Amino acid sequence: MLPSAEVVDLSRLQFGATALYHFLFVPLTLGMTWILVIMESVYVMTGKQVYKDMTKFWGKLFGINFAMGVTTGITMEFQFGTNWAYYSHYVGDIFGAPLAIEGMMAFFLESTFVGLFFFGWDKLSKEKHLMVTFLVALGSNLSALWILIANGWMQNPVGAAFNYETMRMEMTNFSALIFNPVAQVKFVHTVAAGYTAASMFVLGISSWYLLKGRDVGFALRSIAVASGFGLASVLSVIVLGDESGYTTGEVQKVKLAAIEAEWHTDPAPAAFTVFGMPNQNEERTDHAVRIPYLLGLIATRSLDEDVTGLIDIKNQNEVRIRNGMQSYSDLQRLKGGDKSEASINAFEKSKDDLGFGLLLKKYTPNVTDATEAQIKQAAKDTIPNVFALFWSFRIMVGMGVLMLFIFAASFYFTAKRSIGKHTWLLRLALYAIPAPWIAAETGWIVAEMGRQPWTISGILPTHLSTSSLTTGNLYFSLAGFIGFYTLLLVAELFLMFKYARLGPSSLHTGRYFFEKYQPTATHAVESTS
Amino acid sequence: MTFFDYTTLKLIWWLFIGVLLIGFAVMDGFDMGVASWLPFLGKTDDERRVIINTIGPTWEGNQTWLVTAGGAIFAAWPLVYAAAFSGLYIALLLVLFALFFRPVGFDYRSKLADPRWRNGWDWALFTGGAVPALVFGVAFGNLFIGLPFHYDESLRSFYTGSFFGLLNPFALLCGAVSLSMLMLHGAIYLQLRTDGAVQKRAQKAALIAGMVCAAAFALAGIWIAYGIDGYLITSTQDTNTALNPLAKTVEKSAGAWLSNYHAYPWMILAPIAGFAGIALSLLNARFKNERSAFLFSSIAIAGIILTAGFSMFPFIVPSSTDPVSSLTIWDAVSSKKTLGIMFIVTVIFLPLIMLYTSWVYRVLRGKITVQSIKDNTHTAY
Ligand code: HDD
Ligand code: HEM
Ligand code: HEM
Repeated sequence: MLPSAEVVDLSRLQFGATALYHFLFVPLTLGMTWILVIMESVYVMTGKQVYKDMTKFWGKLFGINFAMGVTTGITMEFQFGTNWAYYSHYVGDIFGAPLAIEGMMAFFLESTFVGLFFFGWDKLSKEKHLMVTFLVALGSNLSALWILIANGWMQNPVGAAFNYETMRMEMTNFSALIFNPVAQVKFVHTVAAGYTAASMFVLGISSWYLLKGRDVGFALRSIAVASGFGLASVLSVIVLGDESGYTTGEVQKVKLAAIEAEWHTDPAPAAFTVFGMPNQNEERTDHAVRIPYLLGLIATRSLDEDVTGLIDIKNQNEVRIRNGMQSYSDLQRLKGGDKSEASINAFEKSKDDLGFGLLLKKYTPNVTDATEAQIKQAAKDTIPNVFALFWSFRIMVGMGVLMLFIFAASFYFTAKRSIGKHTWLLRLALYAIPAPWIAAETGWIVAEMGRQPWTISGILPTHLSTSSLTTGNLYFSLAGFIGFYTLLLVAELFLMFKYARLGPSSLHTGRYFFEKYQPTATHAVESTS
Repeated sequence: MTFFDYTTLKLIWWLFIGVLLIGFAVMDGFDMGVASWLPFLGKTDDERRVIINTIGPTWEGNQTWLVTAGGAIFAAWPLVYAAAFSGLYIALLLVLFALFFRPVGFDYRSKLADPRWRNGWDWALFTGGAVPALVFGVAFGNLFIGLPFHYDESLRSFYTGSFFGLLNPFALLCGAVSLSMLMLHGAIYLQLRTDGAVQKRAQKAALIAGMVCAAAFALAGIWIAYGIDGYLITSTQDTNTALNPLAKTVEKSAGAWLSNYHAYPWMILAPIAGFAGIALSLLNARFKNERSAFLFSSIAIAGIILTAGFSMFPFIVPSSTDPVSSLTIWDAVSSKKTLGIMFIVTVIFLPLIMLYTSWVYRVLRGKITVQSIKDNTHTAY
């Protein structure tokens, strides 16, 4: 008996919600650690106290965020086993490895040294402390590398093959797993997204200090670091990020077509849809505004290659589903005990499409007896939600363009030493603090919803992947996650706002705004540290 | 990995997971123990901050033993990761929810002076220490009894028990063993890192926890010998090949959990280390040899965990409702290739981790006192 559709939906909801929540905190950790390394390096090189104060203050905010990153990360580590048991069973042989390596290579590094970052200031020489900060940054970025290798493999499952003896996928080529092109592209794009987020955070808060006329020297120096690092980061996100990645992998093609709501394969070079209302049922895009040639240029970097449309992809998948039925019956024969060479060869030939056969399990447990209508329906399922992908993608890109403008302008005016005069820019930077988070979350929605209906592209359908839980189990866990996560988020935001408002005065050095200019305010600060 | 055969790799991975679990219990164990004592041994805010700051800078790295053990079980024993974690769903989520409080608790508690805020986080930290310590023991206890799960022919696992079924007397006793063991360890650690009133209270606390632990451990041993059935593999295929869990036969029999001790008498060293570790730890604590006391409480933990591992070997998760579905170190494992790759990774990184961890502890060594908290009131946790 398979898990009910409700269990599958609730499990997806839980995974999506907890992962998106985890990724509220991840970007800041990924980028802030490098910003701290930059600031502290300047301190070590110049010996200027203000750079040490910058490292400590932004480090405080980093710490408040980091705690939540760890809290929400623990959930993720165990959730594959608790909620995606069949998935873990089916691909654990490959997928478990990067997760375990991540623990040993990355998490240990960042978690062991992060305590020393906060508590080692008086116990270590300047250089040693800088090394500690660097190791925290290295650790968190290595963790991104390994988890994205795992995630990249779900999108483009290379270096693995099905073993009918153990009834699961097994690793055949470890270096293919590591050097998976999809994983590499994802890594660059995702960490650069994190660097962008941290830069926007520092830039926005520092701009607010300038608008208030507080701690001007501190803020200007912070802006100098953030606008430079941010400009480089946002350029990497946009230019390098998704350069390639589309040509490799099954799912990426569907994703590209869905992102562009490209229903039919247009003659090359394809037009680009700027605006539209994708209509999944009728397989067309209403109210489309299209720019000729542009899509072909973006997607294929050529004028004569096609971008395959969704309907064609669907038809190709229908063929594979039929092959998959054959493969499934070949597998049944092997499992029934007929291990003759002929049976083995037959299965070896057809097994690439086994996953497509499994798509039919949603409609008929025996797969091989599927009706025409069921096959058609399963083929239709292979097209993800076009509307969500189309718009999520546009929101992400929009945020990227907005931030490119902000960073470029801040960088330019910082170089001209006049940024303090452009209050419109300072205000814009402050209000744009959420932009990188919006982009990152919509980015994950594109990446993960675009993979549907698969958990492992072309191999394992989502509806087979879950644990055999009851809906009661899931309501319990969902309620717990929502309750505790909300509680903790309130505490987190409260502290984050409080310390951001206090600014460097929270360091109690006696050098900053609330301590210097407003003796009465000092009091308030003292009593709440 | 041509220099090990598959059987050897499977054995090595049983050892590695054991090392990671012991590493977790020893390293994060004192964090959980200290947190469990926090509301009781710290009478004033300063004292509580002393207690928190003994573990504040390092607990995070210690918790990574748990995270890594989780990842390593996924990589090396995917069937265990899948069947046990989904089966023990509610129990594991309770652990997760309790663990949520730790990272934020340590970091947020002292960032506001309000006594209600701080008191609230103290109890949150207590929960984050005591609940996992207890539940892990209860879960282990249930492994001895067997979990009610079975596989269908596509190797999808089904769990047919309930959460409350886990709370049987034997399992609760195991919960008591694990909680008191970690509270002993935590109290000893506190004695090592504090002075004055807190240190005195910790010494008493260690005595109580140590006696409870020894008694509960002994009782659990007797219970296993006379009270519950163990499992035996009665036929299996060549362990040097890839095995399907359903391809063996298993039977339940009284006293089977002691059969390994008959076959390999040296295994008796594990329970001896458990008892001797507790006794020597308390003795050394009494005479203020705090470092030795800590060493012995660590040995006690290793002894107790190894006792459980040796008794059940080669079982990892026996099935009470369908014994052939039981997972063993021979058939719940990854492919030879994956085990081999992960072997290399572990051999490289585990020593490195130990190396830099001990460096960090050296930098941060020394007593935490009420005075040192007062001097660093803005930077300490
Ligand atoms: C691109 C980056 C990225 C992505 C996609 C994920 N994580 Fe994450 N994770 C991090 C980047 C990160 C980090 C930057 O390393 C964190 C965030 C904040 C932090 O403290 O470390 C972290 C923390 C973190 C922790 C706590 C580590 C510790 O104790 O120090 C765990 C166990 C996980 N994560 C596990 C996961 C799993 C199982 C994921 C897959 C669903 C996942 N993360 C997605
Ligand atoms: C932290 C960043 C991530 C975010 C924000 C994220 C987001 C999402 C979202 C929104 C969904 C729901 C998609 C849907 O059901 O339509 C989802 C599902 C899922 N994601 Fe991710 N994801 C992240 C990272 C990962 C990683 C790194 C992995 C694996 C290593 C992963 C594995 C999965 C799985 C197994 C599901 C459930 C099955 C499914 O619905 O496809 N995710 N994720
Ligand atoms: C402006 C141009 C941008 C383009 C063309 C772009 C393109 C894409 C594409 C195509 C994906 C899906 C990748 C896949 O599933 O394989 C993606 C994912 C993602 N994007 Fe963007 N993006 C842009 C900007 C941004 C910005 C500004 C951010 C955040 C600051 C961001 C964060 C992310 C994240 C976190 C993901 C999910 C991880 C991944 O799949 O790589 N993106 N992006």
